[in-house]
Amino acid sequence: MAKVRETKVPMPEQPPEERIKNFKEVPLGYTPEMAMEEAKRCLQCKPRKGKEFPPCVEGCPVNVNIPEFIKAIKEGRFDDAIKIIKDKNSLPAITGRVCPYENQCEGNCTLGKKHEPVGIGRLERFAADYERAKGFTIPEKPKPNGKKVAIIGSGPAGLTAAADLAKKGYDVTVFEALHEPGGVLVYGIPEFRLPKEIVRAEVEYIKALGVKILTDVVVGKTITLEELLNEYDAIFVSTGAGLPNFMNIPGENLNGIYSANEFLTRLNLMRAYQFPEYDTPIKVGNKVAVIGGGNVAMDCARWARRLGKEVYIVYRRTEAEMPARKEEIEHAKEEGIKFLLLTAPIRYIGDEKGWVKQMECIKFELGEPDASGRRRPVPIKGSEFIMDIDTVVVAIGQSPNPLVPQTTPKLKTTKWGTIEVDEELRTSVERVWAGGDIVRGDSTVILAMGDGRKASLSIDKYLSSPDRKWEFKGKAELKDKN
Amino acid sequence: MYRIVKKQDLAPTIKKFEIQAPLIAKKAKPGQFVVIRIDEKGERIPLTLVDASPERGTITIAALEAGKTTKKLNSMKEGDYIANIAGPLGNPAEIAHYGTVACVGGGVGIACIYPEVKAFKKAGNYVISILGARTKEGLILKEEIKEFSDELYVATDDGSEGFHGFVHLLLKKLIEEGKRFDLVVAVGPVPMMKAVAETTKPYGIKTIVSLNPIMVDGTGMCGCCRVEVGGKTKFACVDGPEFDAHQVDFDLLMARNRRFIEEERLALKKFEESCACGR
Ligand SMILES: Cc1cc2nc3c(=O)[nH]c(=O)nc-3n(C[C@H](O)[C@H](O)[C@H](O)COP(=O)(O)OP(=O)(O)OC[C@H]3O[C@@H](n4cnc5c(N)ncnc54)[C@H](O)[C@@H]3O)c2cc1C
Ligand SMILES: Cc1cc2nc3c(=O)[nH]c(=O)nc-3n(C[C@H](O)[C@H](O)[C@H](O)COP(=O)(O)OP(=O)(O)OC[C@H]3O[C@@H](n4cnc5c(N)ncnc54)[C@H](O)[C@@H]3O)c2cc1C
Ligand code: SF4
Ligand code: FES
Repeated sequence: MAKVRETKVPMPEQPPEERIKNFKEVPLGYTPEMAMEEAKRCLQCKPRKGKEFPPCVEGCPVNVNIPEFIKAIKEGRFDDAIKIIKDKNSLPAITGRVCPYENQCEGNCTLGKKHEPVGIGRLERFAADYERAKGFTIPEKPKPNGKKVAIIGSGPAGLTAAADLAKKGYDVTVFEALHEPGGVLVYGIPEFRLPKEIVRAEVEYIKALGVKILTDVVVGKTITLEELLNEYDAIFVSTGAGLPNFMNIPGENLNGIYSANEFLTRLNLMRAYQFPEYDTPIKVGNKVAVIGGGNVAMDCARWARRLGKEVYIVYRRTEAEMPARKEEIEHAKEEGIKFLLLTAPIRYIGDEKGWVKQMECIKFELGEPDASGRRRPVPIKGSEFIMDIDTVVVAIGQSPNPLVPQTTPKLKTTKWGTIEVDEELRTSVERVWAGGDIVRGDSTVILAMGDGRKASLSIDKYLSSPDRKWEFKGKAELKDKN
Repeated sequence: MYRIVKKQDLAPTIKKFEIQAPLIAKKAKPGQFVVIRIDEKGERIPLTLVDASPERGTITIAALEAGKTTKKLNSMKEGDYIANIAGPLGNPAEIAHYGTVACVGGGVGIACIYPEVKAFKKAGNYVISILGARTKEGLILKEEIKEFSDELYVATDDGSEGFHGFVHLLLKKLIEEGKRFDLVVAVGPVPMMKAVAETTKPYGIKTIVSLNPIMVDGTGMCGCCRVEVGGKTKFACVDGPEFDAHQVDFDLLMARNRRFIEEERLALKKFEESCACGR
């Protein structure tokens, strides 16, 4: 057998100098030849001792049959490849772009012990893009079973549950507060990382399955969960973690200071980058500080960079502790974003018109590990310094969306505001399930999707059982896996 | 898509629309608002619910031409469609029996105060409505408000009708003349609400204002609408829009509402150039 390539077949990318001048996707995707070449690297591993699946599949939260789909690509059977993926993952064009593979499938890949792991994410993306280019084949509509399910929120959790239930013959309606379905996929993740056209294509596919999507419906305001229960046999709550956190330090309400959600929503959902063709404006000054070290912070920084500015990531630990994906940190650095580490703002200073002009920061050093296992940042006395800045984006995390819990008193929540669920994602209210970020806090697209699938199975089981007995087993610890 | 079933001119730059939106009509309460987006490229803007008819399945809004979106809205006709309307958003006004309630409306805020006048009257209050506008053409919905008011006073900046001067000065005059108010509710431009708050504060009269910061989603998701009340940050769209006037930082609100002033001018200029209405 020929020796395997040690590194992934490179994926063509827009060069940094060029891409910071446009809003298009950065990696350009494999050609069929490249994909087949990369697929050859796979060793077709068997499960390790005592395990159910091969290592990569063990690492995948929804257990996609990775070696099988890679084999299909290697043999040029692209239609088979996508079928195998979709058996477990209904949004591969999306996860093939945004999954943290390095901690999941690729992190577990046997080849990765000595060389670079197989480019599983790239191959998944290839198969999904191949299918989309060809045009989706809509499966034949199953016979309606006469049962109605309502889904609240159209992020990856809600869309997955909707598609799965529609395929089983349920009459499914999705209620979405915003004017466009997709959740974080449309309002949060930037165009240059996940083109909105891809999300739209997935939504169209789901509609073609017979799912009704009603936008502009704010559940809790326009209609309550209890009212929906009168009309629907079951409800899945997937309202996400859309409440922005602030640091509550002096000056945080000065002009020029955005939450990450406002910044991203203006740019992605409202397309402020195309102002004045689109009506929603955004204002980004010359020196931008993005506070935080997660994916959201990287997305904001990279957006700001594309608007042509000097951009800093300000993070209170070091790069090693950053929760952002490695790939995103690399992309940010290549694009000329500067990292101000072991630093955090303590106060913002404004000009006479109420615009931020400076921020006072303090330096940190790393102390003992905290509950998350990361070393705790400790402020250094006397290290305060002032830096000129005219735009700030606060990207220090989101909290669960409180609207549905607030207006549904019987729905039990945790002290973090997430909805309590058992292993089957049932809640304390009969006929109501919940999943995705509203249950997990900040998590990932694939875990939200996995929850959508799991809830759809439980809903189907319940609505098909003759006695429909509701059992809420009490709060379960959700694992990272489904 | 939401159809405009009826359009009415209230003043040269203020139009009233009755729009088909059955789900919202069922739930709308005084003090709440909707967020609308006119078309695919449009901005999301908040507008107060002026009225709602669950039977007809319609809501009523009124818009003052402030910039591109409101100008475009006001150029729309009966039978036209608005792409998106979400609501009812925000907390309803706390309608109860207080005794004597002053409902103070300034400019387009007169339309916003109208549902509260009605509701306070229905709750058994003695309602004194005080309306202010630049000129007498701006004294909109006067007859409708009169119907539900025990007393009605008007003020114009130019003296073309009623009291000559700002509406808070009229309120002050009434207080000084010995009128007793258990509650004052004021809706209008920020400087007017600030002046009303400063007027009632020395008398210790409980005063509520409806804040109008710039919004995006209107559901608590973006924090664009942050205001400071009693030194604490609040999201006006979910914690308000009504707050205790004596606790509000009005200067911050005014500064924040000027955030996009250059962009707004540009958008308006482009709109007027492209607009065939020839104005
Ligand atoms: C900027 C950003 C970048 C990210 N990058 C990545 C990444 O690269 N990889 C990754 O795996 N994950 C990433 N994530 C996390 C991931 O996007 C989320 O974990 C995932 O979207 C959660 O899905 P969800 O379906 O639970 O909720 P969401 O996607 O949040 O969707 C919830 C939906 O519910 C709607 N809603 C809320 N309340 C109501 C209501 N009362 N009535 C009706 N509708 C309502 C909301 O408008 C929204 O559309 C990122 C998150 C952000 C913010
Ligand atoms: C809760 C609430 C209720 C309101 N009710 C009414 C009403 O019943 N009738 C009415 O005429 N107006 C109302 N307003 C104000 C109205 O939303 C703004 O006048 C409108 O958004 C201006 O948009 P524009 O494009 O026409 O003007 P622009 O040129 O964009 O702006 C003119 C001014 O309006 C304000 N503004 C701009 N964009 C927004 C935005 N997205 N959200 C809020 N304010 C903005 C700013 O102070 C700006 O300087 C309300 C505002 C709020 C927050
Ligand atoms: S672990 Fe890596 S090499 Fe082994 S089957 Fe999975 S992708 Fe192929
Ligand atoms: S408008 Fe977005 S939080 Fe209030």
